[in-house]
Amino acid sequence: MYNFDVETPGTVADAVAAIGRDEAQALGGGQTLIPTLKQRLASPSVLVSLSGIAEMKGVCMGDDGRLCIGGATTHATVAREAAQYPALAAMASHIGDPAVRNRGTIGGSLANNDPSACYPAGVLGSGATVVTNTREIASDEYFQGMFDTALEEGEIITEVRFPIPEAANYQKFVQPASRFALVGVFVAKFSGGVRVAVTGASEEGVFRWSEAEAALSSDFSTGAIDGLSLSGEGMISDLHGTGAYRAHLVGVMTKRAVDAAA
Amino acid sequence: MTKIEMNVNGRAASGEVEGRTLLSSFLRDELRLTGTHVGCDTSQCGACVVHVNGEAVKSCTMLAVEAAGSEVTTVEGMANADGSLSVIQQAFQDHHGLQCGFCTPGMVMSAAALLKENPKPSEAEVRDYLEGNICRCTGYHNIVKAIMAASGQDVAPVAAE
Repeated sequence: MYNFDVETPGTVADAVAAIGRDEAQALGGGQTLIPTLKQRLASPSVLVSLSGIAEMKGVCMGDDGRLCIGGATTHATVAREAAQYPALAAMASHIGDPAVRNRGTIGGSLANNDPSACYPAGVLGSGATVVTNTREIASDEYFQGMFDTALEEGEIITEVRFPIPEAANYQKFVQPASRFALVGVFVAKFSGGVRVAVTGASEEGVFRWSEAEAALSSDFSTGAIDGLSLSGEGMISDLHGTGAYRAHLVGVMTKRAVDAAA
Repeated sequence: MTKIEMNVNGRAASGEVEGRTLLSSFLRDELRLTGTHVGCDTSQCGACVVHVNGEAVKSCTMLAVEAAGSEVTTVEGMANADGSLSVIQQAFQDHHGLQCGFCTPGMVMSAAALLKENPKPSEAEVRDYLEGNICRCTGYHNIVKAIMAASGQDVAPVAAE
């Protein structure tokens, strides 16, 4: 690693001030950023650690019935404490491995927006709201492509607010070596309709499968998506699977998620 | 350089570190606690697992300055006060849960974290929990057996089949 200074602010305000400095970068749980720094793929001069900010940690129910998760909340905490949203807690409980879940955070995962990460599917599939130090961003606006988000320079994810669906489930087909999602599908059924978010598949990162959403909104059963298929065009193709294979898996995992949620 | 202080295995420890100093480097190079192993340095293998404030973390993927003020436990802190092996360590010996021993510190620390949150895990739960700890010798069977035994559950004796 190139050397850098580390700031450990105790409040969001102090963190925002620190990140405003030149060449500064926010550090969540570090489970992606630290390996990236080791490979010298990033060279910030200052890292601003967000893991000591108490006001950014924890899970609670908002007055509006939404589940609120602080941006610096670890996957392990979400798995343990998001009991009001079991599908989300279950998803968090299968990210990485136990030691990674004790450090990795929801805000870090969303800020990075890895095309194979689980949280982007959970957030987009739930229609959650990403709250930063300056504004609220709807999930449909937030994800803008592989490793790309609506976050501005120096903006920090302080909280994520999830509306709680009537039924939901996340199905992940793990890539056997990395255990990242080869394809992951988050299905959430609300009174107003069904949302289906897919991670791991598209070169554009997480996306909503609108045909499946329409079909499932009128008939929430695996049969509703029988005739649907996705093209392998624009899907990630690598030694673990072709684009066509991933496209097929999206259908399979969607059915499994519907089956488990229904 | 930043001066940091933490409690490691029940004793106060301090040192001067750079921003980039990893917790694993601080433990090994500064405190000379070389029981914590660094296998992959890419947070895959789990040989570097230690406990920070009671939670298992990969010490090669945490900055030392982030652990300032914490309670850290390494494999050197696992033995009983009289120096005898802890229940988990003894079970690894009894059930031949190691061969080359490189992954063992991380395995012991992960096992301790598992048994703290789930005192009587099923075999499947043990295997699931060890997802982030890689062993290239044992094939895991005897590690799983050792952890099951350490949890006080009956396991078949090791058979040389």
